[in-house]
Amino acid sequence: MNWLLPPSYSTFGPDIDRMYYIILVITGVIFVVTEVLLVYFLIKYRKREGHKAEYIEGSTKAEIIWTAVPAVIVVAIGLMSAGLWADIKDPSRFPAGSYELILNGRQFEWEATYAGADGVLETADDFTLLNQINVPVDRPVTVHLRAEDVLHSFFLPDMRVKQDAVPGMSIPVWFEATTPGEYTIGCAELCGLGHYTMNGLLVVQTEPEFEQWESEQQVAALEALERESPLPGATASVPDAANTARTSGGATEE
Amino acid sequence: MSVSAPTTDFDLLPFAGEHHEELPFIRKYIFSTDHKVIARQFLFLSLFFLVVGGLLAAMIRWQLGFPGQPMPGGDVLPDTMAPGGIILPEFYNALVTMHATFMIFFAIMPLLVGVFGNLLIPLQVGAPDMAFPRLNMASFWLAVPAGVLMLASFAVEGGASGAGWTAYAPLSASGEWTGVYLGQQLWLASLFILGFSSIAGSVNYVTTVINMRAPGLTWLRLPLATWALFITAWLILLAMPILAGALIMLLFDQTIGTAFFRPEVGGEPLLWQHLFWYFGHPEVYILIVPAMGIASEVVSNGSRKPVFGYHSMVLAICGIAFLGWIVWGHHMFMSGMNPMLGTTFMVTTMLIAVPSAIKVFNWLGTMWKGNIHLHTPFLHGAGFVSLFIIGGLSGVFMAATPVDIQIHDTYFIVAHIHYVLFGGSLLAIFAGITFWYPKFFGRIMNEFWGKVHFVLTFILYNVVFFPMHSLGVQGMMRRLYDPYQYEIFADMLPLNRFISIALFALVVVQVIFALNFILSLRSEKVGPNPWKANSLEWAVPSPPPHGNFQHMPVVYRGPYEYSLPGAEEDYILQTEPDEEAEPAERSVEPATR
Repeated sequence: MNWLLPPSYSTFGPDIDRMYYIILVITGVIFVVTEVLLVYFLIKYRKREGHKAEYIEGSTKAEIIWTAVPAVIVVAIGLMSAGLWADIKDPSRFPAGSYELILNGRQFEWEATYAGADGVLETADDFTLLNQINVPVDRPVTVHLRAEDVLHSFFLPDMRVKQDAVPGMSIPVWFEATTPGEYTIGCAELCGLGHYTMNGLLVVQTEPEFEQWESEQQVAALEALERESPLPGATASVPDAANTARTSGGATEE
Repeated sequence: MSVSAPTTDFDLLPFAGEHHEELPFIRKYIFSTDHKVIARQFLFLSLFFLVVGGLLAAMIRWQLGFPGQPMPGGDVLPDTMAPGGIILPEFYNALVTMHATFMIFFAIMPLLVGVFGNLLIPLQVGAPDMAFPRLNMASFWLAVPAGVLMLASFAVEGGASGAGWTAYAPLSASGEWTGVYLGQQLWLASLFILGFSSIAGSVNYVTTVINMRAPGLTWLRLPLATWALFITAWLILLAMPILAGALIMLLFDQTIGTAFFRPEVGGEPLLWQHLFWYFGHPEVYILIVPAMGIASEVVSNGSRKPVFGYHSMVLAICGIAFLGWIVWGHHMFMSGMNPMLGTTFMVTTMLIAVPSAIKVFNWLGTMWKGNIHLHTPFLHGAGFVSLFIIGGLSGVFMAATPVDIQIHDTYFIVAHIHYVLFGGSLLAIFAGITFWYPKFFGRIMNEFWGKVHFVLTFILYNVVFFPMHSLGVQGMMRRLYDPYQYEIFADMLPLNRFISIALFALVVVQVIFALNFILSLRSEKVGPNPWKANSLEWAVPSPPPHGNFQHMPVVYRGPYEYSLPGAEEDYILQTEPDEEAEPAERSVEPATR
């Protein structure tokens, strides 16, 4: 039995983990107190011949206490959570100057789209990666999450990131990795019979490494584009669903 | 004291003391309008589906504990499910979908609502039967074809639904994503029919409780089981039409090409989730509120003490039922709905901890200074309390939106739902079946084997489900055919195998309950009140005759006056006149009608 979270490697990871441990301590104390009381009562007040239970119908004072105390505790937990949640999920509070890429989920793979040499996404010189995302360390990354067919859920357990990908929507997700290395990408929403195979690799690189990798990819993409020209729409890998992604509520981009 | 029964509502429903013609077999046992027979019919039907759901669970755990290995006895399954006994991914998805579907809709819900609602409500309100006995019969006979359709979906081409019990669109909206066409449609049709069954039952429960309470049985003299079932009936009446609407929309998307939930033709996948959970969260309380009522009955009876804070217990039930309507979004924190809406739903969800805590502390308060008889129903009731505490506390983690990011759609959720629905609801069901067995069958279950079953179930249950919290905290997602495809989960195989073996043992232990249940049908007959309880069902023979009461009963006191000072015994029936009360209070005015 392990109640400890695995190590986290994103900027907001430790905040989420702290929230988890606060709740673990609070609920742990309540758990122990109530269960010990239950067992104690079962032993202390077990049947004795010739003995009668005390006729007690209740106590208004006790009711007020055990209404008010849990209310205060849960409201406090709620308030503590609200700010952190907004920092992570509210698009209007996303950090500026993030590195942007598109991630498209489909049965049963993840396809990442990066801007080409022009630095603009969804142009002809974009390059794509299958079941892998490379990101720079210590820089916010915004993933524009899309889905082609059914729901998927983009899960980075080591970064404390999870967001469903919904066909027809483009949902921005941000995180900032703090340690270079290779991490897991998972799909957390049942998406069909190959759901369990829909994993991938998150590669967090140092800034120079990432830049070198990025320019290599961009050059390769340009070369491929030249080879294939004058075919228009060389970025056919960017699916129609993504281009027609529409907005809905605050969760999506403008 | 002579009482003349009012003749308005009851003309068609004679009490037992009045004339009865002997009914032919088919009217008496098959198409019966007697609420007790219908309760028994629901009991056998839902226990059958409990077994089906349990076997599906065992297959799920086989795949998780022994992935890709031939299942013992699995070669009886066709090659479309498990060739050579090895479970296929598509069959695994059908297993997780159908396990949840059978357990939620065909086992736990009918056990609580169909069985105990039918058995207890007329008896506890002092009525000869339900308000609409024929509608009540229809309720059962709609549940049967629904169950048959759901079972039949395993046998059609493409197999049973594999889109999860939540049937999230677009996966569920078109067979092209799953290869399941007819199976998904049967799933939708079956639940649609079952919804009518639930509504027919609930109309009866609501009407019976409001209109048919015996004279003197005021609202605040109602046993908590009936209170809980009454509130639950309202939840069903309001929630089921929403599900029915959503099911029809999804069925149309599947079959005639509408575009409610299919984004490629302009539909909105999130709409399904909103509709489903707007039904689905009240449904969660449909599955736990009656269990709370049953637990209150057996805890009070075992402790030989009044329920601590009866009024606050009633208010807490109402509070939970109300809050149940404004929390559905907590299932959708990661869905892509506006994240600021998530904050709102977090707050309302957190508030549910308040009435839940009130109930837990009141149960503890009931035991405090009691004279606790550790009989089998009480043990299950106390087990319910201890496991509901865990299920309630684990809910706080998921309600806190930032923490939910890590544990959403992982085994933490699986642990939580099973602590509430198995540790909670099912233990309360065991409590209820043991406690009211005399009212079903006129006999009593064996106490020794009842306790053996409880102890083994309680221990093995925790061995199976407690470690799942840990798997979830580590990030292991649910509904994965082979989690060990993920490198980070590869070392979780030993723990999963351990859980699986414990689950197999837990399933086997249920044989003790089954045997006890069956063999006790032949045990000695018992009197009206073997548990020395107070409410009206204990004032009539076991099992009660057709029409229940000889004459309309008159109620003088609350249902939990255990160990009343000055009383000879430590229990006192609700029909016992209160000598100290003013004569005016003792008059036999019918309860508010």
